[in-house]
Amino acid sequence: MSLARTLACVILIAVCGVSLAADWLAPSGYAKQFREVPSSPPSRQHLLGTDEIGRDRFARVLYGTRISLILAPAAALVSTLLAALVGGLAGYLGGVWLRIATTFTDLFLSLPWLFLLIAVRALLPLNVSPLCSVLITFFILGVLGWAASARVLSASAGSLRNSDYVLQARASGLHGPRLFFVHVLPNLKPVLYAQFWISIPVFILSEANLGILGLGVAEPLPSWGSLLRELEGLISFREEPWRLVPLVLLIVVVTSFQVVLSNNEEVTA
Amino acid sequence: MNGRRVFSKLFSPKSVPAKGHLQAFLLPLLCLALLAPAASAQSGGELRFCLRTEPKTFDPLLVDDDASLSIRYLTGGVLIRANRKTQQLEPELAESWKLSKDGKQITFKLRHGILFSDGTPFSSDDVAYTMQRLMDPNLHSSTGDAFRSGAGKVTTVKPGPDQITIIFPAPIVGLDALFDQVALVSAHSPKKEQAVLGPFLVAEYKAGSSVLLKRNPNYWKKDAQGHRLPYLDSIRLDIQPNGDVEILRFKRGELDLINAIDSNYFDKLAATSPQLVHDAGASLDSEFMWFNQVASAPIPPYKRAWFRSANFRRAVSQAINRNDLSRVVYNGHAQPAVGPVSPANKFWFNSRLHAEAHNPQAALQRLQADGFRLQNGILKDKDGNTVEFAIVTNAGNQQRERMAVLIQQDLGEIGIKVNVVTLDFPSLLERISQKFDYEAAILGFRNVDLDPSGQMNIWLSSAENHAWNPQQKSPETAWEAEIDNLMRAQASAFDAQERKRSFDRVQEIVYEQAPFIYLVNQNALSAVSTSVEGASPVILSPQTFWNAERLTLKANTRAGR
Repeated sequence: MSLARTLACVILIAVCGVSLAADWLAPSGYAKQFREVPSSPPSRQHLLGTDEIGRDRFARVLYGTRISLILAPAAALVSTLLAALVGGLAGYLGGVWLRIATTFTDLFLSLPWLFLLIAVRALLPLNVSPLCSVLITFFILGVLGWAASARVLSASAGSLRNSDYVLQARASGLHGPRLFFVHVLPNLKPVLYAQFWISIPVFILSEANLGILGLGVAEPLPSWGSLLRELEGLISFREEPWRLVPLVLLIVVVTSFQVVLSNNEEVTA
Repeated sequence: MNGRRVFSKLFSPKSVPAKGHLQAFLLPLLCLALLAPAASAQSGGELRFCLRTEPKTFDPLLVDDDASLSIRYLTGGVLIRANRKTQQLEPELAESWKLSKDGKQITFKLRHGILFSDGTPFSSDDVAYTMQRLMDPNLHSSTGDAFRSGAGKVTTVKPGPDQITIIFPAPIVGLDALFDQVALVSAHSPKKEQAVLGPFLVAEYKAGSSVLLKRNPNYWKKDAQGHRLPYLDSIRLDIQPNGDVEILRFKRGELDLINAIDSNYFDKLAATSPQLVHDAGASLDSEFMWFNQVASAPIPPYKRAWFRSANFRRAVSQAINRNDLSRVVYNGHAQPAVGPVSPANKFWFNSRLHAEAHNPQAALQRLQADGFRLQNGILKDKDGNTVEFAIVTNAGNQQRERMAVLIQQDLGEIGIKVNVVTLDFPSLLERISQKFDYEAAILGFRNVDLDPSGQMNIWLSSAENHAWNPQQKSPETAWEAEIDNLMRAQASAFDAQERKRSFDRVQEIVYEQAPFIYLVNQNALSAVSTSVEGASPVILSPQTFWNAERLTLKANTRAGR
């Protein structure tokens, strides 16, 4: 394991650990409004100051990190499974199935995903709790984010279909789902892992994009997207540098994921 | 003012020449001194500020957007102008005017010897031509819509070039005030709407970049010293949709004013340069919340019953801490709102009313009267349903989103669970005006009209903008029927006090029934560079350049440009 990868893993573990300990580290909670001290600078009571309506920014960063780091992998899992199902099966079956799946995937990729997300978000019922809204948001991200992975997986499954051991299995009388689940899918694992890891930072950024547009996780739940929105009114970085913490954290985490991923790809290759 | 400065400088002790040459110097100096006021009045420099959007039109009769409105204000000549500071009507191109008792006619006596910017003389023909174009249904002028009082044609009678009577088919309330929006166009000029009577004319337009206005050489107005207005040579309007960039450019000195500024930016500027920012007090704009009361709305019947209860709405209103909304969300640059009229509207505001005080206990008592009860911190209705609803607002408007979150916590104190939902604006509009698929909403009104007749499209139960229950065939409640009657009464009366009595009662009903729960009136915040002389920001639009003809730039700024 390279030093960079070790460092990235340590960072990711540390960030996850700290965010999971939010209940102890930030007992004031993410929603409590200290209305007497809105937009206050860092102090002993509020380590990163308060936001515009007086909520403890440190607590919101911790809880927001927890939400983004738990739910982005969950969304990545959904999208990877869908990609495995569509891309893997199409590649394995080949012929007309592959053409149909490729056309469908291309069509899906050509859609402007941001507008699609906004449209799907607008169709959802309004009266859902913040927790439910965050689950819905990431589920939508997962359901809409499978297409790119599906193309990679269909190509990999296609090459596996003509491999010697699959031909041998077929010659031994193994067909249909059993052949797919016993011989093809396990050999797609490295690609699946890679796609899973690639998807996590993509979904983190996607949620941040939605959050910046005000369409992400419902208030008062924090997420990196909603925390990054605070930077909208920042004229000078020097005036309130503590407000950059969510941005720095996002960059560090996404970079760490990329470092871990690049090493994964090298191992896979 | 500038002239006087130049004069005093020339005759300051340092500039007095040697005695023997006194006469030789005195004559040219005297000539210079006499010429100086006119010269300085004609070199006020170039004022620069931003338009947030591209102007949609330069035809003053087709104006319908903020950017075009600003250009029309700066270039258009009107018969009557509403003074943005005093809120009184003042004669402009009309020396005087007279309204008929039946409210159908208005007679103007026009100023004599006025020229359009291209030199074409101004006469009653131009007023008649403007009215004819304005009322042409094929033009689809929103300015003209305000004059469409009934079926039939608008006619004009011209006893002479300096007098005109305009006759409308039906009475129009506040008729004279409407002429503040009618920029006159020339009937005879080959340049048509490019020939203007206002202080500036459009000299250059670069799509997506800027609009350059230059001084109208034929502008009729003079200052008290007899100097021809405007003082400024030109105004450059840069098209800049991004507010952050606008602030940065203002701080760098590239812009001279910001007409409307966000409260956060205002405070940041105030912290470093308090002399640049101006808080003119409560504006006419209001933010409010309302519940969906539409009978056919796809919401559970028990929720509709809550929303249709005046007690429920008043209780919610009492549970909201408006002082906190003003202080926290607007950094103190907003006032707790009372009702449909802002206290800034000096004549029409009902001063007997006061903003609903934050009182959760009183709110709970009201709710108990309707059978609601608090169980383990959760409010239940008389059938045991948990009181929970969603507030929708438009995504991207941070102040509304923050107000929703504060209201979420305020209502949580009386056991009401609120979910805050932000939607993109088209989706929001579709839900609140077509599908009625929402429970409560927060939006705002941008009021530009002081007269309550401008709010007919909100208060009449048959109106489209009667947001809580629009387009009713007949009023569904007694209080809505009373509002209908009062609004029609004020619109058909011509005695100002009688109209005020009717509209005061409308404000009282709105306060008692709370169909709109008014939250705050934002303050009119603006920023003006110290290089601008004569600026006096006001609450009415355009806040900073309402007196553009009398603005000028300091000499050092002029020299630097």
